[in-house]
Order: sequence, then C-alpha cells, then structure tokens
Amino acid sequence: MSDGPGEGRAAGAAGEAEDAGAGPGAGGARDGAIPVLALEHVSKSFGAVRAVIDGSIELFGGEAHALLGENGAGKSTMVKMLAGVHQPDGGRFLINGEPVVLGGPADAIDAGIAIIYQEPTLFPDLSVAENIFMGRQPLRSGRRIDSKRCIAAADALFAQLGVRIDPGRISRGLSIADQQLVEIAKALSLNARVIVMDEPTAALSAVEVARLFDVIRALRADGAAVLFISHRLEEVFAICQSVTVMRDGRHVLTAPLTGMSAAELVRAMVGRDMPERIPGEKRAPGEVRLKVERLTREGVFTDVSFEVRAGEIVALSGLVGAGRSEVARAVFGIDRYDAGAVSAGGRRLRKASPTSAMAAGIGFVPEDRRQQGLVMEMSVQQNVALASLSTLRKAGLIRASAERSFASDWAVRLSVKYGQLTDPVSMLSGGNQQKVVLAKWLGRQPSILIVDEPTRGIDVSTKADVHNLLDRLAADGIAILMISSELPEVLRVADRVLVMREGRLTAAFSQAEASAEDIMAAATGQVEAQAQ
Amino acid sequence: MTATLAPAREPGSPAPASSRRLAERVFRIREFGIVAVLIVFVAVTAGIQPRFLSSTNVQFVLVDATIYALLALGETLVVITRNVDLSVGSVLGISAFLSARLASQAHGLPLPVVFLAGLGIGLGFGVVNGLMVTLGRVPSLVVTLATLYIIRGIDVLVVGGTQVVPSSYYPSFLSMSKATLAGVPDLAIAVAVLVALGWYALRTFRSGRELYAVGSNPDAARLAGIPTGRRVLFAFAISGAIAGVAGVLWASRYGTVDSTAGTSYELQVVAAVVVGGVAIFGGSGSVVGAAIGALLLQTINSALYVLGVSPNWDQAIAGFLLILAIAGDRFILVRLTASLRRRSARRGA
Repeated sequence: MSDGPGEGRAAGAAGEAEDAGAGPGAGGARDGAIPVLALEHVSKSFGAVRAVIDGSIELFGGEAHALLGENGAGKSTMVKMLAGVHQPDGGRFLINGEPVVLGGPADAIDAGIAIIYQEPTLFPDLSVAENIFMGRQPLRSGRRIDSKRCIAAADALFAQLGVRIDPGRISRGLSIADQQLVEIAKALSLNARVIVMDEPTAALSAVEVARLFDVIRALRADGAAVLFISHRLEEVFAICQSVTVMRDGRHVLTAPLTGMSAAELVRAMVGRDMPERIPGEKRAPGEVRLKVERLTREGVFTDVSFEVRAGEIVALSGLVGAGRSEVARAVFGIDRYDAGAVSAGGRRLRKASPTSAMAAGIGFVPEDRRQQGLVMEMSVQQNVALASLSTLRKAGLIRASAERSFASDWAVRLSVKYGQLTDPVSMLSGGNQQKVVLAKWLGRQPSILIVDEPTRGIDVSTKADVHNLLDRLAADGIAILMISSELPEVLRVADRVLVMREGRLTAAFSQAEASAEDIMAAATGQVEAQAQ
Repeated sequence: MTATLAPAREPGSPAPASSRRLAERVFRIREFGIVAVLIVFVAVTAGIQPRFLSSTNVQFVLVDATIYALLALGETLVVITRNVDLSVGSVLGISAFLSARLASQAHGLPLPVVFLAGLGIGLGFGVVNGLMVTLGRVPSLVVTLATLYIIRGIDVLVVGGTQVVPSSYYPSFLSMSKATLAGVPDLAIAVAVLVALGWYALRTFRSGRELYAVGSNPDAARLAGIPTGRRVLFAFAISGAIAGVAGVLWASRYGTVDSTAGTSYELQVVAAVVVGGVAIFGGSGSVVGAAIGALLLQTINSALYVLGVSPNWDQAIAGFLLILAIAGDRFILVRLTASLRRRSARRGA
C-alpha cells in the first residue's frame, strides 16, 4: 500500500469545491444507487445492556449524512460497529451491497473506512507525524521508515486543514482542539471512501470548523461518503444532505435534510411518551441548603451559580461533556476548582475536601456505581453500612448485629430486592445496586443529596421506583441535585431544570415552563434563552 | 535540565523546528543525564584511586556491564510495550548451565552452535511468556514472576548439586570473554554493535515504532489496526532469546556454573532500564539509554569496591539512583508537558 499518503483525496479540490449536493441534487445522486456502506437492522448488546436494538444507516458516495440522537441513543455503538471494534450481534453490514464481516479495526481501515473518534486516540509519547501514519508510515529502501516524507506528508495535511501544528513535536500536551485536528488529519491520510466523524467539532473554534467544512465539501466532491455526528444542529444543516435519527437504540427516521426543520429533528430525537407527574405533590421549597457561586474550573466549566433549597429537586441537564458531572464532583470536593465558592447550610465548604462536604451533610451518588459507588465483592449489608461505620462502631469494632439491622432497615425502606443480606452486591440487578448506593448515603441522613445519572442502565419499573424515592426524599426536606441525560426523567422528577452547554449554564426553567424541546434547544445551543 | 521555552512561533512559518528541537533536546537529556553522572563518577573515583582506571579493572567492569547491557536491551523492548520480563535472570541461569555443559562435554562443537543452543533455550521461554501475556491476558508482572520461579526450579532439578568447572571447557570457550581489541573487550564491542542495531531498528522500522505505540496507548494502537498481541509476543521472544545468549556469555565469563547463576539479575536489569530513562509505563526510552544505565550501575559497583566502601552500600546506592532516575523522569515529563501546553495555548488554539 502507501501511495504517497498526504495527497489526500481532498487535496486538489479544497477551496474550489462547489456545494452542489446541498440541494435536490443530493436526492438525485442516490436514485437507484447502491450505498457505499450500509448497516441493516443491526443490534448490539453488552451483557444485559442493549446499546443498539435495531439500527440502520445507509451512506452514499458524494454525500454527507448526519446521525442524530440523544445521549445513549446508540450512536457511538453504531460508530464502533463501522470501525470494526464491535461486531453486530444481528443484522447485516454491507459494503457496495456485498455483506462483509469486519474482524477488527485493521479490516475497517483496509475496507476504506476512516473514523474520527469523539475521544482523541493519540499516542502521547510519539510525534504528531507518527501519530498520523502509525502502521502506514511511508517507506524507503529496505522497508525503512522515510521520516522526512512522513513529516512532509503531515505538513501537507495540516496545510490542507489550514492549521499550524508542528508534525515533529510529540503529541503530549496538545490542546484538545489540536488533538482533534491530528485525528482529522489521520483520517484524511487514509484516503478513505467512508469517513465517520463522531462529534469532530466539539472542541474546535469557529474558524477551524469552517475549515473542516471546506474539507468535508472537498471530500464529497471527490466521491467520498461522510457520516457526521454532532449535537449542533446548525452544523448539521450547514454541511449535511440527509439525516438518520436514532432513539433508544432504534432507527427512527432517515430523510433528506431539505425541508426539515430543527424543531422536527429535535422532536424525532426526543419524541416519546413523557411520564406524567402525579399531580398534587407540589412541594413548597424551604430555605437554601446548597449555594454554588461563580464556580469555575479552567477549561472545564465557567461561572456556574445556582441554589438548591430544602425539599427541592433541581436537575442539571445538558449533553454528555457539557461539564455537569464535573460541577457535581467539584461541589462534593472530589475535584478542585479555580474560582468561586460552595456553601452548604450557610457554611462555606473547604475546597477539594469530600470530608468537609460529608460533614456538612452532603451525600454523593456517583454516575458509575460499579466503580465508584459500590464495592462489588462485598455483601449487600456491608455496602449499605459502608458510609455509616462510625455510628455502628463500639470500641473501634463494627458490631455485626448493628450493621445487619441497619442494613435491613434501609433495604426495606428502599424496597431493595435481594436474596440474603450477606450476598455479594454484584449478584443484584443494576436497579437494586443503585438502591444500595442510595441506601448507603441515606443512612447518613444527608440534608443535601447529589445524584449523577441515578437511573442509567436500569429497567423501566425500577426506574419508576427510584423516581418515587427521590420524590419522597424531597418531601422529607432533603435538597436534591440530580444530573440526568434523560429528558423524560428530568421532566418527571425536577422542580427546576438548569441546562449546561460547553461548561456554562445556558438556561433555567421551572417545572411548568420546561419542555423537552426547549431543554434540548438550550443544550445544543439553538437558543441562549432565559439564562439564569 | 534546561527545558527552556523556545521563542514563540511566528505566524506563517510552516512547521517551525523550535518545539521539535525542544522535545528532542529533552529526550536526549535523558541519556545525557546518565552519561554525565557516569563521567562524574568515573572522574571522582579515579581522582581518589587511580587504580580504578587500570586496564584490568576497566575490562572487568566492561565485561560485567556487557552482560547486563545485553539483558537490558531485551528488557527495554518489553518495557516499551508497557510490560515487564522478570524471568531473564532464571533464563540466563538455565542457559548458562546447559551451554556450559555442552561446551565441556562436546569439545569438537563450534562456538556458534553453543550460542545457538543458548539462544534457542531462551527463545522458547520467551515465547511461553509472551503467549501467556497475550493469549492468556494475564499481567506480565504475574506471568514472569511465575516463570522466574518455575525456570529456576527446573534449573535446580537439572543441575542438582553439580556444577560445571572451568577446567572442563575447551579453551576457546573461556578465552572469548577475555579477548580484547585495542584494550576493549571483544564482547563489549559486540554488544555495543547489537545495541546500536537495536536502537536503529526501533527508530527505523514500522514494527519498532509500533512497539512504542502499543506501550504509549494500547487502546489507540488497537484502533490503528496494529497487531498488538503479535508485537508484545515478539518483544518477549526477543527478551528471552537475548537472556539465553547472555547465559552463554555468563558461563564463559565466570567459568564455574551452578544452579544459582543469574539469581536476582532481573532486578538489576529492570533497574538499569529505568535508570537509563526508559519509562516503566511504556511508550518511551531507548536501548542506548538502558545500556548506559547498565554500565552506570556496574561502574558504581566497581567504584565502591575500589574505594574500599563496604559492598553493603552497593544496593542502597543503586536504589537511591533508581529513585533519582524516576524523580528526574517525572520532573522532565511534567516540565515538558507544561511547556508544550503553554506553547499550544499561546498559539491561541
């Protein structure tokens, strides 16, 4: 292989490319054509989690196709199937109409599929040029790497992208944007027929995005198929000709973008039955329990201020990567912050001190319960008691009987379903594990509870249990800050909804004004309305 | 330690060499640093006790260091891939005994055949290590700790209470480790050439660069379509083969071989690799650095002896150097990352 990498498909065409396909031409180009690449009714499960249930997508040469969906809709799993990282459990993978099986990433590369991953996948110790051409370096006699050509080809790619990155420097220390640009250069160097971009613009500046769009147009003009994943709808409309929307692991719609409105797309992404809140449980919030003032952590979140009152559930909504969990971690003292203040019950908390947060009555139920919330090998009983050991101790020893009655008390109150209290917590279902984590913190009788994605990966009925539990806790006067990516959950549970986008609070809604469309619009930057 | 900032890049200049030079300088510093320590050590020792630089002593140090440098060459390949091979001492031991017995019982045998036998034994164990790490997905620390004991156990079973004594060899087997060229032992020259070849190969061939890629970010290596398992297996195979060859040299150098040959060499070798600037978590470092690290540790041993310092201090000083090397490594990494980040920020990305 290796016919002069760097003479990317787009090289000559950049700049002079006409945006011809944007109109009806796109539809015309694909009449009767065979898609370059297609996934038909594919499914993929990881253990009990069904990431993709029925996914379909068709990519045509010369066309940029958007893949949209909420967090957890299955987009990234689709990308990994295209990349050969995961093999579909069911359904068909077609290249030029022929069924294929990709055994691994190398097969996908050989088939002409290039992927730009959401998270950059660089080798920090190696040079930028080596990162681009790893495994495909240009060679000279004796199968030796031609590092001069390697550097020159990387320079050519960066020139095409209109950016200045020194190909000879090691990639450790590159900014996220530069890392993303290296990834883009890597994909271009493959001269691929299909280029998949999973949120390539998330870290880029407006100028860099414009350059990337020029490159995409040039790629299209050269007949490549582009799959473009982005939460920024305006970008989708700017660069794509057609769209596929997924929801809950299923294909929802595929259509040309001409004539579609942003509102229609948002509705397709969100559109499911919203569980109704049981009326008559309007809570009257009490005094301010948690006060966050102008909290800033450089490069992560900026100037975040909000309050949570006793008996109130405040939801922090937004897209993955908007900085929601990071704010919660900083509030609880797991991460430090650069500016601002957090106070609980009127007392200012020490920076970066979970002990101080716990002493002030804050409980924190983390996003990843298996890693951060539970000790999987330990019993249900031990896990429940873990955060309350100081109260169960006598002369420095934990009394088994006290631990047992404490745990069974909380297990009953949260209706945890278990066999024996002495069973390892790993034997419980995801939903019951989550209840154990909640029990662990509730046992400390917190006045403020932070829950991060409380129902991720939990079945519907247990989800309802957890929602009812949160309601009851709020009714008991606990102030609750909930982070959730699921809009129905946010609308069902929250008294107030705060929306974050790219590290800032962009909107606030009361329960009455909140709608899925408005929240989604604020999270994706469609409007910057009603802020604070 | 001059991780100074190069002047800000001028707009429009394509691929300025400033940051490249910075990165290269810092990487070279890793090797320069130990060379500097080495020179200071030699100078101070020779100043106090000129006998240190006598040709006999220099030759002794070089031959001893040669065996460690050879082992460090193989170990470096493994460490670069974010693994470790703790079985090299045991492999050296069993290879030393079997090749010594071969050399003492089959006198007509040409030397290369003895070397091939040692290499074959080592290669076999190396492949076993590699397969268990790649196919069994067991951490290499555990696998090679187990094979360290297993191979030593086999060695003890085979050797029993016996030993091979120098008088039984054919003469050329012993003399090869004594031969010199212009005062430098032939062995040292041969190993220096091998190290240079290894250094060149790791820089110049795709498979060599892929070893670094695997160690630097294993997940990304897989996504880039690199056969990570095959590369790691290769590293272990080479490390084993080299330990086998080192066993033959060990037998020639020391003559008397029993079942304890090469005991605890693995720790000295890992120490040499780390002192030589190879990152213990993979992805960076060079075989030249590792070889110089081996030479440094051996020089210190000898210097302490010549200066009349109790050999009890040996290990403490080696440990202290190790800490120093790791601290220096960390320091350089932090400085480098910070300066590269500042550069990116200034560019206004």
